[in-house]
Amino acid sequence: MSWVPAPEIIAKLGLIFVVFNMLVLSAAFMVWMERKVCAYIQDRSGPNRVGFEGVLQPFADVIKLLFKEQLKPKAADTILFAIAPIVSTAAAFAAFSVVPFGTEVNPFGLLEHPIPLEITDVNVAVLVIFAITSMGIYGIVLAGWSSNSKYSLLGGLRSAAQMISYELSYGLAMVAVIMMAGSLSLRDIVINQSGTWFGFIPRWYIFLQPLGFLIYLIAGVAETNRAPFDFPEAEQELVAGYHTEYSSMSFAMFFLAEYINMVTVSAVATSLYLGGWLGPILPDWLGWVWFLVKVFLILFFYVWMRWTLPRYRYDQLMEFGWKWLLPVAVLNLFVTAALVLWVG
Amino acid sequence: MDVLAFYVFGAIAVIASLLVVGQGNPMHSVMLLIVSFGALAGLYVLLDAPFTAVTQIIVYAGAIMVLFLFVVMLLNVPREEPAPPNVSALLGPTGMRLGVVLSLLLGAEILWALGRVGIGWFTQGSSEKSVSSVALIGSGIFLRHAFAFEATSVLILVAMIGAVVLARREHS
Repeated sequence: MSWVPAPEIIAKLGLIFVVFNMLVLSAAFMVWMERKVCAYIQDRSGPNRVGFEGVLQPFADVIKLLFKEQLKPKAADTILFAIAPIVSTAAAFAAFSVVPFGTEVNPFGLLEHPIPLEITDVNVAVLVIFAITSMGIYGIVLAGWSSNSKYSLLGGLRSAAQMISYELSYGLAMVAVIMMAGSLSLRDIVINQSGTWFGFIPRWYIFLQPLGFLIYLIAGVAETNRAPFDFPEAEQELVAGYHTEYSSMSFAMFFLAEYINMVTVSAVATSLYLGGWLGPILPDWLGWVWFLVKVFLILFFYVWMRWTLPRYRYDQLMEFGWKWLLPVAVLNLFVTAALVLWVG
Repeated sequence: MDVLAFYVFGAIAVIASLLVVGQGNPMHSVMLLIVSFGALAGLYVLLDAPFTAVTQIIVYAGAIMVLFLFVVMLLNVPREEPAPPNVSALLGPTGMRLGVVLSLLLGAEILWALGRVGIGWFTQGSSEKSVSSVALIGSGIFLRHAFAFEATSVLILVAMIGAVVLARREHS
């Protein structure tokens, strides 16, 4: 029976399968939630025909998109035009691989050792997320350039400029947390947040790093190109930005990537500031329920913000990023460093 | 397994780097260079240096190549133009002869250096301490090599200021 792989490997593969499908499903759920919340904010009912309250609407959309014709501009760069959505989606999926979403579990006692609920625990996890996110930019830039259309090109350029500008503040906010935890592994950072102050306030980093959390949230919105920072696809100016020329499933892939990126940014925020899977009442092995609740709340906040705030002007975005957010992030970093050094 | 991964990453790095030079379209060159950097990062992981690998991706493949892309996109050169004949002295017969001499000198230098360290240096195996620990790298940079590190950053700052001054010079 030596050809049967070890149960650990089967468990790991099962975990990868579950995470991959959960990400796809979460994107579908986000599409539905976005349309529903938007509808209620605008005093409409939103999708309510396919399935109960329209929950099956995203699946109907996907089926429709699958059967649409795949179009390509005549002067487009064939190879890069085809690669761009793949790069976007692959980067979005890959970034989630280092996010932990639960403690160690042993499903039904089948394994010799319990396995941690995450795909892989790298000792430089935060940097890995950072690296993969920066690869995601290429998908958008390539889509913009290879379409050979002025709207796409402008959308791609804007997106690259925006992501580079906000990545700095995003990273600096993370560094402050890393200094407090003394580790780059997201699992260690979450474990460092266990326990309570005075018996009822959880030791989450959001209470020690309120400014950092705010910076992270704002920069995260800019990183994922969401309103009020959705310049790459500002529809009133740029038709649809970088994916103007995309149709059918390749368009859907950009959409999928955008929603998965949102989920990843929220999941990382949960791990860095909100104590990850830690929470009261539920037993340890159900920690992932807390994780899902926290991620959902951040995602809801994103959607709420998108349908409440108007879009900024492009120069306002750049000015805010460089002249306000970055200096505040640097200041936050210095204060944190000094406190960690003196107070410990 | 490690050996197989080494050959795969190595082959990707070499082939992608060769293709970078052979492309007519600068955009494709940039993309292939990113592929090559990615393969290099894979090699660093095999060398037990995940921090170096991730830094390679963030700094080179992420930050610097985005700047390259910007330049290529803004200039929007679809095809590299063939060099006009004899526009530069370097492309003339004298320049070419000089180039041959220089490359021969470089080859001789490499051979001399290899002869000095001896071939055994390469087959020693990995060094006693891997550089996977971020804390080790940090204390190395900021304690042991603090002067060299700060001097380098000043040098880069000077280069940046120089670039800004040159770019903003008014044409009177």
